[in-house]
This record gives sequence, C-alpha cells and structure tokens, in this order.
Amino acid sequence: MKLNVNGNQHDVDVDPRTPLLYVLRGDLKLIAAKFGCGLGQCGACTVLVDGEPVFSCITPIALLADKQITTLEGLGTPERPAPIQRAFIEAQAAQCGYCIPGIMMRAHALLQKNPRASEADIRAFLEPHLCRCGTHMRILRAIHRAQAEMTPANAGGSG
Amino acid sequence: MSQAIVISRRAVLAGSGALVLSFSSAGRLTAQDNAPPPSATLAVARPLPGSLKQTPYLDSWIRIDADGAITVFTGKAELGQGIKTALMQIAAEQLDVDFDRIKIITADTALTPNEGYTAGSHSMQDSGTAVMHAAAQARQFLIAEAATRAGVPAAQMKTQDAAVIAPDGRRFGYGEVVSARLLHVAAAATSPLKDPSQYKIMNRRIPRVDIPAKVTGGSAFVQDLRPDGMVHARVVRPPSYGAQLAGVDDGAVRKMPGVVKVVRDGSFLAVIAQREFQAIEAMRALAAVARWNETAQLPDANGLGAFLTSLPAQDITVLDRQQSASSGAKTLSATYSRPYLAHGSIGPSCAVAQLDNDTLTVWTHTQGVYPDRAAIAEMMGMAPDKVRCIHSEGAGCYGHNGADDAAADAALLARAVPGHPVRVQWTREQEHAWEPYGPAMLIKLDAALDGGGIVNWDHEVWSNTHSTRPGPAGSLLSARYLGKPFPEPPPKPIPMPEGGGDRNSIPIYTIPSARVIYHFLPTMPVRVSALRALGGFMNVFAIESFMDELAAAAGADPVAFRLKHLDDPRAREVVATAAERFGWATKPRAAAPGRGQGFGFARYKNLAAYCAVACEIEVDRDSGRARMRRAVAAVDSGQVVNSDGIANQIEGAILQSMSWTLYESVTFDERRITSVDWSSYPILRFSAVPDEMEIHVINRPGMPFLGSGEAGQGPAAAAVANAIADATGHRFRDLPISAERIKAAIGV
Repeated sequence: MKLNVNGNQHDVDVDPRTPLLYVLRGDLKLIAAKFGCGLGQCGACTVLVDGEPVFSCITPIALLADKQITTLEGLGTPERPAPIQRAFIEAQAAQCGYCIPGIMMRAHALLQKNPRASEADIRAFLEPHLCRCGTHMRILRAIHRAQAEMTPANAGGSG
Repeated sequence: MSQAIVISRRAVLAGSGALVLSFSSAGRLTAQDNAPPPSATLAVARPLPGSLKQTPYLDSWIRIDADGAITVFTGKAELGQGIKTALMQIAAEQLDVDFDRIKIITADTALTPNEGYTAGSHSMQDSGTAVMHAAAQARQFLIAEAATRAGVPAAQMKTQDAAVIAPDGRRFGYGEVVSARLLHVAAAATSPLKDPSQYKIMNRRIPRVDIPAKVTGGSAFVQDLRPDGMVHARVVRPPSYGAQLAGVDDGAVRKMPGVVKVVRDGSFLAVIAQREFQAIEAMRALAAVARWNETAQLPDANGLGAFLTSLPAQDITVLDRQQSASSGAKTLSATYSRPYLAHGSIGPSCAVAQLDNDTLTVWTHTQGVYPDRAAIAEMMGMAPDKVRCIHSEGAGCYGHNGADDAAADAALLARAVPGHPVRVQWTREQEHAWEPYGPAMLIKLDAALDGGGIVNWDHEVWSNTHSTRPGPAGSLLSARYLGKPFPEPPPKPIPMPEGGGDRNSIPIYTIPSARVIYHFLPTMPVRVSALRALGGFMNVFAIESFMDELAAAAGADPVAFRLKHLDDPRAREVVATAAERFGWATKPRAAAPGRGQGFGFARYKNLAAYCAVACEIEVDRDSGRARMRRAVAAVDSGQVVNSDGIANQIEGAILQSMSWTLYESVTFDERRITSVDWSSYPILRFSAVPDEMEIHVINRPGMPFLGSGEAGQGPAAAAVANAIADATGHRFRDLPISAERIKAAIGV
C-alpha cells in the first residue's frame, strides 16, 4: 500500500495490520519515533497524522492510506532545525532523550493549532507522555521557547 | 517557571581533601618537562589520579593523529548524563585546543580503557580525573618535543589552538609534533594542570554533543541500529521467576510469515523473524502455546517490613562510636520503609549481536562493557578476546536494568543465525516484570536528645544486596534458563565506604554516640540489583525525615537543627544556600491551607557531591494528592566542568525521586509480578510537575570532581516527605506517600 510520510509517497509491501511504528523504523528507516510500550501508555512513538498526534505503536497502517504522516525527520534537520528542534537544543531539553521525539511531535502539533497555548494547556496536552529522567522542567522551557519563536510577531522561519 | 544557575567562585577551602596537584599557569611547565617518562612502578608509591591507576598509559586516553585529529577514549558510557561533553571539555581545556576539535570514543572492549561500570556517580572522579591528567601530561610532552625541535627551552613555549608556539612565533601543530611513541608513556602522579582561573572551556555551559541527533531523528540509540542483514528476535519469558518450560508445540509458529527460526535451549525460548512486527506476532503466538511449571513463592507485598525482618540476616556493624556523656533526656524512635522500585526505563532493553566465524560482537547499552563481556563469554563458552562489547546508548537506565540481560539474549540468538546481526528488544511487560528492581528496605532509627542536640543515634537497616550485576554468567537472566543452566551467584554486600544497603547510613551529622547495623539479607525472592543511589536514597530519606522529627521534638527549626549538627563548611554552605534561595521560613507562616515546606540534605555516600533540596508541597485534602509547587536545590560537586550538566542531573533527580516517593511500588501476588506496564506501575506525569525549580551550583575551583548523578535523590525524597508532614501535620514513613495513604491519614 501507499503511505505519505513527510510529503513523500512510499510504496510499502507490509501486512496492513502492522503498526505504523515498525514500518517507519524498519521499512522507511525513519527512526525518530521510538518503541516505548506498544500499549499507547508512554508517548515515545508519537507522530502526526493529518496534523494530529497519534501513537504509532498501536496504529495499523491499514488506517493511513490517504493520510499525511509527519515524523520528527519531517520537521527539520540538524543543519536546518525546525523551531521546536532548535528550542530543544537551546534549552538542552534532554537527558537520555528517548522520550523527546514523541514529546516534540505533540508539542509541535499543539503550537501549530494553538500558538497561544497557555502553560496549563501545554501541561495538559503533554499528559500522555512519560519522561523517566525527570527532564520535564526543561521540556516545558523548550516548548515556551519554540512558542515565542513561532508567534506571528517573530515568524521568520517555517512554522 | 524559572531556573537560575548560580556559580559562585570561591576560594579553595583548605583541608577538605584537595587533590594533590602541581599547578602551573597556562603555557608554563613544571620541572618535569624534560624528565624521562615515569614508569608505572614509580607511580605505585604515589597513586595515579582517577582511572590512570588501572590504565596508566597516556595514549590509552588521548590519541593525536598526524593530521591533528584528537580523540579521547573513555571506559565510561553516555547514559544521557552528558559525560561525553564533560570529558571533551576537560580534554580540550587541558590540551589547549578548541572544543570542536575533540572526538570521543566511549566504552568499547576493543578500543577503550576498562573502567568497570558507569555507575555510582563515579564517571567524573574516575574518567574525568584520568582524562584531565592525561591531557595535561600529553600537552607537556608535545611542548617538550616542539621545544627540542625549536631549540628553545620548553619553559618559553606556549600552546594555543592545538599548536605549540615558540617565542619567535614558529608554530608546531600537535599533529606535526606527535609520534607514535610520544604519548605511549605511563602517566606521572602529578600533572601541569591549568590554573582554574584561566579555564576557557571547563566551567562553561557547552551544549551537549549528543542532543542534536536526539532531537532530529539521527541514529542515537542501540534501538536505532540498522545494520545490513539484520533480523529481529523476541524472547518468550516465563510467567514467573524460575518457571521451567514444560513443553511448546511450535509447529504453527515456525510457519508464520517471516519467521526464520524458533530457538529453544532448556527454558530459554525465542523466535527470530525478518521483520520486527513479525517477530512480535510470533512471540505472542509462541507464548500462547508454551506450557510452564511455576514454582515461585513471593512474599506478601503488603507486609514487606515484617517479611524483611523475618529473613535470616548477616549483621554488619557499620559504625559503633560511644562518646556521649549523656544518655539523653528525650528519646525518639521511628521505622521507615520502601517497597521494591522499578528502574522503568522508557525504552525497553535492547541489543544487537553478530557472530562472524568465531568472533562475537555485541552492541549493548550495558553500564559495563568489560564485565558484560566476561559474563557473555562465559555463557557462550568463548574466550573473552573473541567477544567485543560496544556501548551504544539506550534510554536512561538509572542503574542495572535489563541491558546486560538483553545483550545476553542477543548473543544467544546470534549463535542461531551466524553472520546476521540479531536485534532483540524486550517488550514493555518484560522490562517491567524482569528487570532487577531496587530492593525493598526497612530502616529503624532511635535517637536521644539532650540540651537541644542529638547525643545518641541508632540506625538499623534491613536490605537485600544492591548489586547483582555481572559477575559470572549466572548474573545474566537467560543464562539461568538454558538447558545447562548457569547458577545465580550468591549475593554479596557492597563494602563501605560506598556501601550498598548501608550506603549513606552513617549520619553525616555530628553526634557523639552513634551505631549503625546493616542486616544484610541474602534471600532474594524478588529479583533485585542497583537502582540509582542504591541504599543512599532510602537511608537519606529516613535520616532526613527523622532529623525533622527530632527538630520538632527539640522545638527547633529543621534547617537550623541541621546546621547545629553540621561541621563540614561545604555541607553548611550547601544547606544555607538552598535555604536562603528558597526563602526558607523559620517562623510560623501565614496560613496557606494544605501547603508545607520541607528540607533534605546529604552528601552522597558521605564522600561525593553535597546536595540540599527545599521544596513546597500542596496537598489536596479531597483527593489526598500531593503536588510539588516549587523546589530549590544547592549542589557542590567540586570543580564544575559544565554547570548546566550538573543542573540537569539535579533537576532530574528531584523529579525522579519525587515520583519514587509519591507514586511507585512494584506489585506482585504469591507467584507473579503484577506491575507490568505504566498503568499498573504509574509514575510522574506532566500534570504533577512543579511550577518552578532552581538549581544553584557552587563551584570549587581546583577541587576534585565529586560526581552528581545520584546526589539529589535522597534529599529530594526527604524534602517531599517533610513538606507533606508540614502541610498535613502527619508524618509518613512508608513509601510511597500515595494519595490513598494521605487521604486515609488525614481522614477526609
């Protein structure tokens, strides 16, 4: 079947019951989304489907035929990071970093939809995500930093 | 929300255990510059610094190529604590080169020194100290060599940006000066270290080198490795400890799409498939047809204290000091407990292994590539030099989790498909059920007060071992289930001064008479090992809770009461700084219903970093939920290399410890572990994250690195418990201090 990931069409010959996470990481070599639980309990596998955050570990590709899938790789590169990526680097918002790609995807989705999200909105939106290193304060700081950069007044780069 | 990093430059305190260093200002050399390379035998008389003791040759640590490329080698592993960046800063500073010139290679049995485990907050003391001295001595040899070529006394040569500069301006690049023999010399005991006041790269907040790949989808973890020809494996774990595989009809599984092989060796059962999800589906199908004989008998999870004290114990007298003139006018007694706690790594354990001819390579997130190699080689019946273990990052481990076991799984399965890299990842349920937990503990404290001070102190702690790391092959989980099983080695206590269950059990406070007994419990019905801070978390939680109880009995402010019993000036400064920055209220405060303030302090292991935490907690009386509103910490880790790295560690320690303290316990029935996912083992989520946190890093120029990865856990737990006691008027001594327990105690 065909999958649209980060604006590119991919033909994948995989059992359609296969959760998206394994197709991304195994077939498309897009490894930002991580396996954390396979149960939709931790958020490490989060990617965007038509702009909405989903747990790729429990989303079979059969459901994604006409959808736009976005992974962390689709936001930016080390050379040209997206605002959310730049913000996480500037805030040094990682310890081990395993949970971070999923958190960045959800934060990116929130800021796209609601650039003026409040502190309470951000915390509530991140509730599905676990971070075991205790990097939460930095993660929140990074999201505020990205938010400042993404507000219309400062909109220089891509959103 | 805010964060402040306050670096205070202070004079080096005399008499506090400073390293013996021969300082010289940048560009100047000591008289050693033309001396012959000292031999290792000479160094025995005066111990070499850090891990140079075990690995004395400079080129084991620093390699300079003819093209000027500089590589640092460390036996320590990046665990998300930022050790790569810190070691690169140290090397760049002492070599006098730009930070960007430095490359680093971490824990790899083919390439790096053997530095044992990356554990115990030792990386900066061991490896940081070794790299600092090796780099400084390497620079000295480079200067000497350039001086010879220039025909100028070494004392007149300077270094700058990876080159030695002669007084007449002639420039000798390190790559031109270096030769194979130049750095192949054993280290000297002292080094021409830079004057800390001249640091340009150390004591700077240089961004971590590992973060860009982690936030852009680069290959950052062992889980991300995708070598050509890789196949995927999953292990079918038994339903309970020690269960034996009675039978499995795997005929249908062998025919499933993509299945390469079903592997059975005794009670070790696994499947290898082409694709990852095929391996997962085959594992599920295999698990459904496997028949097990279960024998495990687990204790009553709700009566762990009684269980621990009922076990046969090996009693160790940790401290026995009787100097009190008084037996005390007022006595207090209290008992504290914690359940088994899970490491709960966000990424389940994973490894990739490949057997080529007679050589096995294992990519693993183990904390100790060398010990892991020894255990795997024994299990495989191979010579250790035919096994190479390469550290590749995993998700944060926080101690001995499933990393070594997953490496063993991959090794066993690589043997089934020679030539193919085999990737094994545990399921969430396997990680939760099979990792070796931090052991349950019980602590009984007794103290006597006289004249407002403590005159007598008794500390008894009951605990299993805090390390079952490899070790022999039997330390590896799957090795115990093979057709020819390797026996689990008998547990041993970790000796003081670092200790295991007794880590931090000696009160740091000045008390004339004190006794500490460690009831070491060899019986381990639940699999246990090292969890961050080991016994230090629980001993500090108990001691620092008890200090508040004693302060209340003495009618004293908790911070003042601590200071009254603290002599070490560095300890006093950390306590005072945290209290001051927090705005510690020493007088009764205006009524803020349900809110309280709490304080906790410790020097990790009584020999590493000092850390004090003050926090404010609010308790919702209807739900019983406690939430931290803000926390302030002060930390003294000796010479600072990267204050942001230290702050990151302490922030993480406070939040992780708060999660352990408020929410967590491993659950089980008579036979099986029942906390097998994030729903049955809940941890901190964003809704409970504090509004503010500030970390104040106190720099001690020129003092030894102390290591801060585990300094905050104990103090944070005590600060939380003390704040809850302040908020509710009720003392909680059993962890976790759950909403249910709070609600039951305050009786709404």
